[in-house]
Amino acid sequence: MSISSQDAAAPAAAPTGEPGLGAVESTTAARPLIELDKVSLRYGGSGGSEGTLAVEEASLDVAAGSFVALVGPSGCGKSSLLKIVSGLMPPSGGVAIVGGHEVAGPLKMVGMAFQNATLLPWRTTLENVLLPLEVSERHRRAYRREKGAHVERAMALLEKVGLAEFADHPPYALSGGMQQRANLCRALIHEPELLLLDEPFAALDAFTREELWGVLQDLWLDRRFTVILVTHDLRESVYLADQVHVFSKRPGRIVETREIGLPRPRTLEATFEPDFVDIVHHLRDRISMVRAQ
Amino acid sequence: MKGMDARTLAPWLTTVGLFVLWEVACRALQVPNFILPTPSESFVTMWEFRGAIWFNAYYTFWVTLLGFAIAVAFGLVLGVIVGSSALTYSALYPVLIGFNSIPKVAIVPVLVVWFGIGTVPAVITAFLISFFPIVVNVATGLATLEPELRDLLRSLGARKLDILVKVGLPRAMPYFFASLKVAITLAFVGSVISETIAGNKGIGYLMLSASSSFRVPLVFAGLLVIAAMGVGMYAIFALIEKRMTGWAFRGSETTG
Repeated sequence: MSISSQDAAAPAAAPTGEPGLGAVESTTAARPLIELDKVSLRYGGSGGSEGTLAVEEASLDVAAGSFVALVGPSGCGKSSLLKIVSGLMPPSGGVAIVGGHEVAGPLKMVGMAFQNATLLPWRTTLENVLLPLEVSERHRRAYRREKGAHVERAMALLEKVGLAEFADHPPYALSGGMQQRANLCRALIHEPELLLLDEPFAALDAFTREELWGVLQDLWLDRRFTVILVTHDLRESVYLADQVHVFSKRPGRIVETREIGLPRPRTLEATFEPDFVDIVHHLRDRISMVRAQ
Repeated sequence: MKGMDARTLAPWLTTVGLFVLWEVACRALQVPNFILPTPSESFVTMWEFRGAIWFNAYYTFWVTLLGFAIAVAFGLVLGVIVGSSALTYSALYPVLIGFNSIPKVAIVPVLVVWFGIGTVPAVITAFLISFFPIVVNVATGLATLEPELRDLLRSLGARKLDILVKVGLPRAMPYFFASLKVAITLAFVGSVISETIAGNKGIGYLMLSASSSFRVPLVFAGLLVIAAMGVGMYAIFALIEKRMTGWAFRGSETTG
């Protein structure tokens, strides 16, 4: 029953001496990994009907290796924007360019995690983390041959999020927070350049959620993949992201972009300091403004 | 009585209680045995005609199992086809519903015209009546794949076959095994119907000839045998279900 207490055993070991911000600054001169130019997305607009406009002319650049958060009122099309970036849905208007190429069809270099962990209950935690390698285009042919190395990599990831001893447990023996850790591992096992997170911690209790911020930050500082995080938790966005984009009500447009220059690794204590709180308040005001419109 | 014991005993107690009630009611109201024989008389008759009952029940059992086996194979394949895409789902589902709405009794005479009297129409009727729940359940299991998971697999460039084998089918297994329990009991209904209408062997045929000579206790003996076979097979498939898809029953086991 009380497995959830194991959540507390998160790896607190943040990489030390990581220059961090410098790496991001140096890439700004290069072409951004993701360029969205006035993309729109309309659902169900076949024939004469207008359909629903979920995203309206959103423009957004994401530098390689940076951590970007999208916040805004619920139902504002943040998740739709992720679908455009991942290539799961073509934009109804505008252009989405990822890695220098216009997006046409699902991208292979992304990892994804959602609010619902969707771990497969008949597989152990380790087998769940290995799933992407079994089915992905890049790995499936050599999967059997390289399985040893894959398992090693999966175990290293599980170790990093504090789940190593649960590798052979079925997911239903894991608490919600632990399932979400495993979900993150599954999203990262094939070493994607781009990680798309759609409210991954929304269903967790406040303590577990804050713990997982730390886990995610550690993973990111370690590997420096590019992240787009969709969230409605403003503290979460400020804690994790280099850049927070505020969305308007549906149809979603980006109404403000805020750079978060706070030093890394960020700690939970830092979330109570005036700098941090000021940013959160500012974002909150901005969102209540767009909601009231 | 302890918790677990009560749960194991409960079905037996209900069964015995039902028989007792039936017995008492028949005796108290003095129902003649050609209207409704008492259970005790039915059991005595069962013993008396054990040779004929065994022979015919054995035959019916294998006919049913054969029809059921075909239904499982066919149902699984059709279920995968129906459940694998929205297009096949909308194309085939109405047809299946329409087909399932036809009373199978009405089909037996047609089968007799095609295949003559005997085993073949019984096997086919058992098959026809029992494949539907299998198709529906397998299709449902496949069609209810979480959209997030589907997106995840698509973005990995997973092949349709991989998605089916690694995610779809395992996910549909609890639905599949649940449908087997229903399907096997339906298969008995099918084979007995066919034997009653157009048989020369089997428990249905036995019951028909018994009732035409007003040996109602023998009819009831036959009914009890069919019920027992149905319950027995149900129990076997319930066991297989638990064995194969234990992960789907985690709630009931951890609380034990």
